[in-house]
Amino acid sequence: MRRILTPLNKEIIGKLKAGEEVLLTGTIYTARDQAHKRLVKEISKRKNLIKNQIIYYCGPTNTPRGKVIGSAGPTTSSRMDEFTPKLLSVGLIAMIGKGNRSKEVRQVIKKHKAIYFLAPAGCGALLSKKIKAQKLIAYKDLGPEAIYELKVKDFPLIVGIDSKGRSIDDISYGARRAT
Amino acid sequence: MRKIAVKTITETISQLCAQANFQLRKDVLAALNSTYRKETNARAKRMLKAIIDNAQIARREKLAICQDTGLPVVFVELGQNAQIIGDLKQAINKGIELGYKKASLRNSVIADPLSRGKSRFSPVVIHIDLVKGNKLKLTVLPKGFGCENKSLMKMFNPTVGIDAVKKFIVDAVKTAGPDACPPYVVGIGIGGTADTANLLAKKALLRQINKHHAQKRIRVLEKELLSKINKLNIGPMGLDGKTTALAVNIETYPTHIAGLPVAVNISCHALRSATKVL
Repeated sequence: MRRILTPLNKEIIGKLKAGEEVLLTGTIYTARDQAHKRLVKEISKRKNLIKNQIIYYCGPTNTPRGKVIGSAGPTTSSRMDEFTPKLLSVGLIAMIGKGNRSKEVRQVIKKHKAIYFLAPAGCGALLSKKIKAQKLIAYKDLGPEAIYELKVKDFPLIVGIDSKGRSIDDISYGARRAT
Repeated sequence: MRKIAVKTITETISQLCAQANFQLRKDVLAALNSTYRKETNARAKRMLKAIIDNAQIARREKLAICQDTGLPVVFVELGQNAQIIGDLKQAINKGIELGYKKASLRNSVIADPLSRGKSRFSPVVIHIDLVKGNKLKLTVLPKGFGCENKSLMKMFNPTVGIDAVKKFIVDAVKTAGPDACPPYVVGIGIGGTADTANLLAKKALLRQINKHHAQKRIRVLEKELLSKINKLNIGPMGLDGKTTALAVNIETYPTHIAGLPVAVNISCHALRSATKVL
């Protein structure tokens, strides 16, 4: 299995194909519904936070005593679809979540040569073991929906939509394609 | 009249929060293990393994099975010969707050659905049934919203054939697709009014998934729907495979001559609930 390190760049991303499983090591940032709404509203101020970075659609539980982080799996990506084109336009390079994306998002991923990864859904306890550090970055008042910087090691991912716009749906014969 | 102090209720609810969120239900784990053995798609098998490993880590390390520790739904069955000393709903909400804080679970509740605002632990959703006897049965169901968002209901004409009902249910799962963390447990409520059907669909998730409905006709329907859903090839985490649902549980109630309400309440593979009788 391929291991990839952050910061990701177009060259690394260009090699990854939809359906491929990879292990990611490095820095990622959590952001979900409310953080997306704010990021898009303040886009000019937040460009540096987004450019060349990876957003993980995740709102972890509170951190148990003695642990780095609580349960921290992916949330449903499609709720972020309406905000994604704007973030990609200022240089967001990758997203991690679960489930399908809209046709528009898929096209914009292709246009910017970005990438969408799937993380094992509903496995927040298992994924928390791959997170080695966390730090609050922005929007503290949002609680679990705030932006946290996470240092991950060998975080297991599957390429959902690759930089050429190919989707795992194309190689998967299930109802994914029918919906 | 048997008296039950609210303090006992708060403590019990608090314990049930940790139990439900850390320990995957035995019936669900057994179903996952059994499908893991039967699954032939290599990737689907790996995904099921990750789900089973996740449940083990959660139990061992007292970590939430899923970071979405839900909008807790509390089911209360209160014996009519029992008397609660104090405010029952307040006691339940206090128990949830204590339990969720102590177990470091997620505060996912917002006080106003429109203006949103700061997320907290309560108030939760409470359903109270008055039953015979003098006992108090408390159940905590932390319902994640990835799957709750896929809930559907339809008011059918009473003359519609059963095939239309079956199609609606299978299509509801198809629409959820990979988004709501398959393999699913599909709760179905049929009958009553619109609200009854939705509540029955949710209550259906509380029934052990290895136990079929007592009525043969419904039992046959549950099996047929499960088989149809598992032919959708959505698979664990939506990456193909035989295992799209672990079970279909149906509950019914009498209804009106003019209607046939059908509700679908999907649960992700992390179907969590814990019950205690006082």
